[in-house]
Amino acid sequence: MMAQQLQFTAFSRLLHWTMALMVLAMLFIGMGMVASLSNYHWLISIHKPLGILILILVAIRLVNRLLNPAPPLPQGMPAWQRFAAHGSHVVLYALLFALPLVGWAMLSAARYPIVLYGSLELPPILPHDVALYAVLRTTHTVLAFLLFATFIAHFGAALMHALIYRDCVFQSMASWSRAWVNSPALPK
Amino acid sequence: MKQGARAVPNDPNSSTPYRLQSLVNKGALTRLVIIGAAVLIVVGCFAFVGGWLSPHRPTQARMIDRFEQVDGVWPGFRRNHAKGVCIAGNLDSNGEGVRLSKAAVFQRGRVPVIGRFSLAGGQPYVADGPAAVRAMGLSFRPPNGEEWRTAMIDIPVFIVKDPEGFYDQLLATKQDPATGKPDPAKMKDFLARHPETGRALQIVQAKPFSSGFANASYNGLDAFRFVDAAGAATPVRWSMVAAEPFEPETPAQSTAQDKNYLFDAVIARIKRAPVEWHVVVTIGQPGDPTDDATIPWPSNRQQVDVGTLTINHIEGEAPGNCRDVNFDPLVLPSGIEPSDDPLLSARSAAYSTSFTRRAGEKKEPSAVQVPDRGKGA
Repeated sequence: MMAQQLQFTAFSRLLHWTMALMVLAMLFIGMGMVASLSNYHWLISIHKPLGILILILVAIRLVNRLLNPAPPLPQGMPAWQRFAAHGSHVVLYALLFALPLVGWAMLSAARYPIVLYGSLELPPILPHDVALYAVLRTTHTVLAFLLFATFIAHFGAALMHALIYRDCVFQSMASWSRAWVNSPALPK
Repeated sequence: MKQGARAVPNDPNSSTPYRLQSLVNKGALTRLVIIGAAVLIVVGCFAFVGGWLSPHRPTQARMIDRFEQVDGVWPGFRRNHAKGVCIAGNLDSNGEGVRLSKAAVFQRGRVPVIGRFSLAGGQPYVADGPAAVRAMGLSFRPPNGEEWRTAMIDIPVFIVKDPEGFYDQLLATKQDPATGKPDPAKMKDFLARHPETGRALQIVQAKPFSSGFANASYNGLDAFRFVDAAGAATPVRWSMVAAEPFEPETPAQSTAQDKNYLFDAVIARIKRAPVEWHVVVTIGQPGDPTDDATIPWPSNRQQVDVGTLTINHIEGEAPGNCRDVNFDPLVLPSGIEPSDDPLLSARSAAYSTSFTRRAGEKKEPSAVQVPDRGKGA
C-alpha cells in the first residue's frame, strides 16, 4: 500500500518518460526546423506526426491522471513550492494539448495539407484564412517557448528534489525499484 | 533493504530540507552547481539549434531578411516572385504517368488546378522587362485531397546549387545604390567561389526569353523521385511545355508604355481562349545529377507527356485565391518524393517564412488587375 501511495503507477511512469523524450525531441525539432534551410523538410516531416502522437498520448495521460492521482507531495514542502508544483503540472498539461491543436489549426488556416505519413492526411479544422494563420503561427511559437520554459523549470525542480531536498518526489517518478520506499527514513 | 550508495531520502514530514540553510553547505553547493550546469547545457543546446549562437549561419529568417535587404519590404507581398496574377484551369491526365508514379493526379482523368504567373524578384510593382524571369506556380487538387504544388521558372537550369549559394548570390547581385547596378567586383568574387553559377548563366543566356507568359515553358529544375504502386522510384524533372509556338521577346515589347505588358498580354490571351501546356516528365538515368539543379540532364533523356494543363481563367490577386497560397515545392502527394537536391528543403523553408511574414501584414492591391469580363482587356 505504501509503495502505491508514494510512487506513480508503472503505467504513469511509462507514459511520463515516453512523453518526456518525445516532447523534448519535439521542442528541439521545432526550434531546429524553423531555423534551418537544408534540414527543414525532414524535420517538419517528423514534427507533424509526432505532434499528433503527443496529442493522443496527453489525452490518454489526462484520463490516467484522473484515475490514478499523483502521490501526495511531502508534508514538509512549503506552500509556495506545492503551488509551483501543481501549477506547473496544470500548465504542462494545458500546453501539451494546446501546441498540437494550434499547430493543426494553423496549418488548416494556411491551407497546407496536413500530411502525417504517405497518403495519411488530417482534415482541416479551420477555413482558409491567412490572417488567422498569422495569429496562430505566432501563438504556436509563443506557446512553444512557454513549454520550453516550463520544461526547464520542471527539470530543474526534479533535480532539486533528487539532489538537494532528497525527498521522495524525484523517486516517485524516476525510481524503477521500490527499495527506497522501504527506507527507514520514511514514515511507517 | 539495499540502499547502496544512494542517498537516504529525507524525512518527508520535516520541512528542514526545504529551508535555505540546507543549501548552504559544501556538498549542497556543489550539487546546486551541477543542477545549474545541467539546466544551462539544455538551454545552450536549444539556443544553438535555434541559430542564436551562430549569427552567420543562413537560417530561413536570414534568407528572407536578405531578400528584404535587396528588394525592400513590401508588406503583404511575397518576398520573392512578388508581382503576379492568379490563374485556374484543369489538368487532363492521359494515364501515361501511372507507370512512373502512383500519385492520383496522374490517373487518367481531370484534376482541378489553381496557379499563379509571376516574375522573379521581390518588388511587387516592378515594370515587366525583357530579362524578367517568368514563373508559374501550380496547385493540383484531386478530389481525394492529395495535393501537388510546384513552382517553376522559364530558364533551363537554376543558377545556384545550394542554399548557401543562393544566400551569397542575393548579396552579390544587389544593386549598388550609387550606380543602380550590381557591384561587378562582388559578382566576380561570387562567380569565383561558385563556378557552377558561371556555367549555369551561360546556359541561361544562350536561350532567349519568350514574348509572353502563354508561350513560355516552365521548368521544375529540381529533381524529384516518382514512386510507382510497387514502390519503385525513378528520378525525374518536370516541365510545363507550352503548346503555343515559341516566339522570342522583341525590343519593341519592353519599350511599350505599359508597365504590365507581359501580364496584360496573358490576361487578354486567356480571356480570348484557354491556353495549354504539356506536362512533360524527363526520366533521369543513373549518373544524372539529382542534387544539382545548375546542371542540365543530357538532351536525349526519355520524356513522357503525362497530360495537358489547360488554363482558362485569370483573375487579380485577392483574398482566398492564389494570393493566399504558398506554392511550396514540397507539398507533394504520395507517389512524388523529394530528391537529394538541397535546394528543395531550402525553398520549402524560405517560402514558409515569406508566407508567414506576409500573412500577418496589411494587404495592398496588386499591380496586376484583371478587368471585368466584357469590358475588354
